[in-house]
Amino acid sequence: MKNSLYIVIVGCGRLGAHLANQLSLDGHSVLVIDADEDAFQQLSPAFSGFHIVGDVTQKAVLEEARLKEADVFFATAREDNVNLMVAQVARKLLDVPKVLARIFDPRREQVYAKLGIETICPTSVAAEKFLLAVAELRPGRGEGAS
Amino acid sequence: MKVIIIGGGKTLYFLCRRFTAKGYEVVIVNRKRDECVQLARQLAVTVVCGDGSDEAILLEAGAMSADAVLSITPYDQDNLVICQLASIQFGVPRAIALANDPENAEIFQKLGVSAFSTTDIVGSLIEERAFLEQIVNLLPVGEGRVNVTEIVLEADSPVAGKFLKDIVLPENALVAVIIRNNQPIVPRGPNQLLAGDRVVLITLPENHGPVMEVFTGDGK
Repeated sequence: MKNSLYIVIVGCGRLGAHLANQLSLDGHSVLVIDADEDAFQQLSPAFSGFHIVGDVTQKAVLEEARLKEADVFFATAREDNVNLMVAQVARKLLDVPKVLARIFDPRREQVYAKLGIETICPTSVAAEKFLLAVAELRPGRGEGAS
Repeated sequence: MKVIIIGGGKTLYFLCRRFTAKGYEVVIVNRKRDECVQLARQLAVTVVCGDGSDEAILLEAGAMSADAVLSITPYDQDNLVICQLASIQFGVPRAIALANDPENAEIFQKLGVSAFSTTDIVGSLIEERAFLEQIVNLLPVGEGRVNVTEIVLEADSPVAGKFLKDIVLPENALVAVIIRNNQPIVPRGPNQLLAGDRVVLITLPENHGPVMEVFTGDGK
């Protein structure tokens, strides 16, 4: 694998900006897309990547981002449906090797798993941690059988 | 026939009127409560208030027994996800999405969702009419699979003065009627076309352009 990857991130909110700052610091070539110009203020002064203001549900914007050449694509827009749409375009039509979409609604996560789209649901991840905390407090009970 | 339509505005309203007039069972899904109340008052349809890309809402709208889902919201991402949910989760036989961005129509098709673009449809209609000034009438019949077009032959038409038998037409096209001095003629090979004739043509959408070219010339 190359040392420096070309990483495209959709959505420059808390998650998107955090990922962009960190990955840029790690030496990767990072491009962030958001429809809101002000969102890019969340990027740190050390961020050395690029950004595009635009609506990612328009093909022209994804073309401008040269998404076809990306090694990694993260969809972290505020709307689940935007993430689901662009993740499918990236994975199925543009063959981006690694595609991950953040999805708030856990039910949608299951549907898109069927379509081969890898998703991360903050609710499910957080719930798991919380439940784990309870299980660790009372060993044995979380497992049921033991 | 049971149809679920997701969206709002005038397009949705008039589509619903058309479908209910045909006796279809129509269910509307709309996010805005006040628009839902309005629609329920104006139309003989069931209205479900909520996000159409939420499975629970589609279930409530009766997606299990729907014959078709038509998603025409102003947001392409919602239209895509709604149609995918309808077909994957509920097995709806026909799910059709509006692509607001015409380029998304192709993307949706590649992702397995039937799509149409109003911009493309209206655009090509206007172009057809504006570019070919000679066209006086265009009538789609057979659910749009056949076009009946009436044109006036200009003096510079490549076929003016030619005999019908000498005119080479693309396959599946027909000169149905010639109207000359208000007299309709059902033409045969030996009939001649003259400038000023009104010619009624039968074409298919796929050969419409080439046929028009034969009668009106290249370019314009």
